[in-house]
Amino acid sequence: MENSKKQLISPDAADQLFKITTAVCALLAAVVMLGFFIQLFWSSIPAIKTFGLDFLTSSEWDPVKNLYGAMPAIAGTLVTTAIAVVIAVPLSFIVAMFLVETAPPALSHTLSHAIDLLAAIPSIIYGMWGLFIFVPFMQNQVQPFLANTLHLKVIPLFAGEYNGFGFLTSGIILAVMILPFICAVMRDVFRMVPPVLKESAFGAGATSWEVTLDITMRYGARGLLGAIFLGLGRAVGETMAVLFVIGNVQKMPTSLYQAGTTISATLANNFAEAQGVFRSALFELGLILLVISFLIQVLAQFWLNRVSRQMGEK
Amino acid sequence: MKKRGLFFRKTTNLAVTAASILTVGFALLFMGWILYTVFDNGFRSFSWAFFTEPTKPYGIPDGGVANAVLGTIFITLGAVVIGVPPGLLGGIYLAEFAKGNKLGNVIRFSANVMMGIPSIIVGLFVYALMVYTTKTFSGLAGSVALSIIMFPVVLRTTEDMLLMVPDALRESALALGAPRWKATMNIICRAAKTGLTTGVLLAVARVSGETAPLLFTALCSDSWPFGYFTQPTSNLTITITEYATNSPFPEMHTRAWGAALIITAAILILNISCRFLFKDSRHGK
Repeated sequence: MENSKKQLISPDAADQLFKITTAVCALLAAVVMLGFFIQLFWSSIPAIKTFGLDFLTSSEWDPVKNLYGAMPAIAGTLVTTAIAVVIAVPLSFIVAMFLVETAPPALSHTLSHAIDLLAAIPSIIYGMWGLFIFVPFMQNQVQPFLANTLHLKVIPLFAGEYNGFGFLTSGIILAVMILPFICAVMRDVFRMVPPVLKESAFGAGATSWEVTLDITMRYGARGLLGAIFLGLGRAVGETMAVLFVIGNVQKMPTSLYQAGTTISATLANNFAEAQGVFRSALFELGLILLVISFLIQVLAQFWLNRVSRQMGEK
Repeated sequence: MKKRGLFFRKTTNLAVTAASILTVGFALLFMGWILYTVFDNGFRSFSWAFFTEPTKPYGIPDGGVANAVLGTIFITLGAVVIGVPPGLLGGIYLAEFAKGNKLGNVIRFSANVMMGIPSIIVGLFVYALMVYTTKTFSGLAGSVALSIIMFPVVLRTTEDMLLMVPDALRESALALGAPRWKATMNIICRAAKTGLTTGVLLAVARVSGETAPLLFTALCSDSWPFGYFTQPTSNLTITITEYATNSPFPEMHTRAWGAALIITAAILILNISCRFLFKDSRHGK
């Protein structure tokens, strides 16, 4: 067997062949990435021709007249993502701080595993839990409390009717979903800070909050930004967790209590019955989502690479 | 830095510590709440028929999810067959031939970005690529979509695992006169075997709960998944979506919870066993 193989193909040629095969497989990553853009652009050409740039700014959505605008979906995506990030980032930051600075090693270890497991739960479970448990909870407990007891309804943001569905609920569920992701990356960034730096600050009499604020945060600022953007990327494109609780109405957001839609929810909700220009418009929405999440990922990678290079040099 | 009193600093520190403990408790509470709901409602639906009978058409209250379980297994295995070999080979390229070169960095960057692309985009992409051209939804298209999501994960973990193998091992194999491909496949990959298995299993755990890409590719059906290559193929996650959102019947909601429990339990078990597997192998060294 061995001999016949050697005669068929010299060892050098075999090595060359091996190297080329593996390189081709690796290149698939770049090829598929490019393929996403080309394919989605290709499929959205009819919509781009029909609506032009108005597609981005129009908030009309009328399948009967075949008129579509991306504005409500884009705005809804931004609103839910913003709520999720505003809630999840500070919480992940102090949880990561607790894991690295405060908790005893055994507890920190167990909690780290628990957080990793939380990150593994599929998004549809969050969506289903949201629909059956969290929406009624929001409707009966949280929203009346915010609107009436705290009198937040005087602010337009919290005004209007509520039924549990909508931007606020989606944002909170997204926050619970992305918290473990952000937290895991922040924890790793915290651990990368050289112990000598922290110990000298402790030695100079700093409290652990001051060490976190003045040493860890300064040192790992780029890594923390990278972590935030990773979480942002997850929240922007999440489909199932949002689809179940957003309400799926093509309306511009005016209040957090209102039902609306996001890009991914619009896609999942309408794609089955869409034909012709409608379908092409949905592909264009997909293209917009691809561009947004691509930019977010590029920024995240940029900052995370910078921080690991900085750590590597030390 | 501003000058602050000792009392103020200590109180701030205490407050932040208290807040962090509260937040950890809060996060665990949510996790417990979600898992409790899934387990509590899921167990109620478990019965012999639930695991042996296929899903029934809309409106018929009895039936099981057996076809969906089998379909999910088919689709996931298909994704492993399509996505894992190129992922492993590509990872070998990154670790063995492309340490710090330009092409390697471009590929690493694309793979990292690809991991963050929403799965619904992958669904759209495969829809246009396979469903639109063949004019039929199929389990195979679902497998392709999941394999695209798996591929960058396998690629990067393979690279990381191979880089953990000490260079001395590479050098000794090459010094004995082994060709590069043999040294890589027989020595280095064997040394990193546990790590590679863990990487693949974690990738499987990650894609088996995916729903959005299957909406555009595998869709769902009430028959057994033997039309995998040419017909819509039933699977757990889309069945959950259908039963939870498109149905007013409490029986169907209960079965959706049962399906949710199956998928959650499978993913948690996969994740936990991976952790033990990997930990044991590292302690063994």
